[in-house]
Amino acid sequence: MRARRAIFWALYLPPVFWVGLFFLVPLVLMFALSFRGDMQGDLLSLWSPSLAQYATIIAIGSYWRLLAISMVMALCVALAAVALSYPVAYYIVFRAGRAAGLCLVILMIPFWTSFLLRVMSWKFLLGSEGVINSLLTYLNVIAEPLSGLLYSRNAVVITLVYVWIPFAALPICAALQRIEPELLESAADLGARPWRSFWAVTFPLSLPGVLAAFFMVFIPTVGEYVTPLLIGGSRGSMYGNIIQDFFSKAANWPRGAALSMVMLAVTLILVAIAARLVNVRRLLE
Amino acid sequence: MKVGVQTAGAWRKPAFLTTYFVALVVLLYLPLAVLLLFSFNAGTSLSFPLQELTLKWYERLFDSPEVLRAARNSLVVGVGSGTAATALGTAVAILLARFRFRGETFLFALAMLPLLVPAVVLAVALLVLFLVAGIDRSLLTVAIGHTVVALPFVVLIVAARLAGFDRDLEDAAMDLGAPYRRVIAAIILPLIAPAVISAWLVAFTVSLDEFALALFLAGNEPTFPVYLFSQLRFASRLPVMIALAVLMMMGTLTLVLLAEWMRRRGQRSAAASDAEVRNLNGN
Repeated sequence: MRARRAIFWALYLPPVFWVGLFFLVPLVLMFALSFRGDMQGDLLSLWSPSLAQYATIIAIGSYWRLLAISMVMALCVALAAVALSYPVAYYIVFRAGRAAGLCLVILMIPFWTSFLLRVMSWKFLLGSEGVINSLLTYLNVIAEPLSGLLYSRNAVVITLVYVWIPFAALPICAALQRIEPELLESAADLGARPWRSFWAVTFPLSLPGVLAAFFMVFIPTVGEYVTPLLIGGSRGSMYGNIIQDFFSKAANWPRGAALSMVMLAVTLILVAIAARLVNVRRLLE
Repeated sequence: MKVGVQTAGAWRKPAFLTTYFVALVVLLYLPLAVLLLFSFNAGTSLSFPLQELTLKWYERLFDSPEVLRAARNSLVVGVGSGTAATALGTAVAILLARFRFRGETFLFALAMLPLLVPAVVLAVALLVLFLVAGIDRSLLTVAIGHTVVALPFVVLIVAARLAGFDRDLEDAAMDLGAPYRRVIAAIILPLIAPAVISAWLVAFTVSLDEFALALFLAGNEPTFPVYLFSQLRFASRLPVMIALAVLMMMGTLTLVLLAEWMRRRGQRSAAASDAEVRNLNGN
């Protein structure tokens, strides 16, 4: 037993050490940095804690507006991705039969090609001299290129929905697979019409998967900064972009740290809500 | 996958669902196909009408030392972080699947958290850490960040595999007096090997594609995606970058299919060995 305990620590300490040092410690440092009043002097010098950054953030309405907008955008993206991927998951589990495995791989391939590339491809598609505009002009459908396609919040939402659809299908597939076929058979035996049995049996039983898919898309999308950077431009920026700005262009790290803490708090609240509603570990089995 | 189950669910007419599936898949592949198409287009702008087909953008790619350097950087970071994440994640997975201890949920949560914290927050937090610790940004700092973000994937893949096979063999070995160290080396690791390889490939791919952290942590040595991003500003470089993008796409695609194939092979052989064990027990 003592040998087994030694093995336990040998397995336990390295990952905990790694995640502690390169994940928890940085977050704690950010937390400390967010209580720094300004960027004056050496970053490593001691500072007296001040709530100045948080006071400023609370006072500036545009940060909150951007946070709210980011959450609404994430909500739209998550709802659309779940709604669009549900029929696909249903098809794979109940209709594809022998081809189900192949269908799933076909669906997942775009997800596994680079995130940056998929976002970039939309930039080329939507640009004012891009593929869609030039094609429509070439075919004489439109005389002038449509300018509003790229660099807007709509473009960011569309691109992110596109990016997340395959991923959202995964937990829904898992939930649908767990439904006992007997339940659907008895529903049919009892005379339930297909739609009735779908809404009364299939859909309620698949809800854990739907919720999981929703949160798996919603949570990372709230903190997104790469897609707005490429597709959104200044008109389509999200909350993550101001954090990025304060650590690069604006070089006001304490402000950025405080904004990060707000973002982190929002994310963790969302995770807590999700954990209440979805049994994460059951999904893995 | 359920095979041939006759259900009385909604959407009785198979045509609608099949059409929907095909349409959605076409839509998903369309932007990627457009990239592929324009990588062979002689014109420098990404617009119709297409000009003659050419391979010159691909040729230019291999003439550019910067591109090759970025590719090498990505490979180094991917191999390093993939290996570290696989080792650490496999340890976590074995702990979660084979040990009962207090703080099990804590360990699981800790290993999963990097998946949930927004990339931009983790990126700037690591930036602060490296600054405070006096470590210059380099490929090493990128690899450290990638190890953290790849860890949850490894844990999920390997834990799923560990949950999937009987503990009979391990119990038998321990009954026969094998120390747990040997049980891990001689039984657990060989059985989960396909999942571990698959996890490594996934971790490697995650690193290869990762951009949000790398942009902050890369310093003077850009990885592939960071280099690609930095070149987007120059319109004349665009076709070469598209060709680069296509090659990257093919690369990750190959890796992912390989990982999936490994995982499935592992499942099949697991099913076979489980059946064997059951036969032995039966006789």
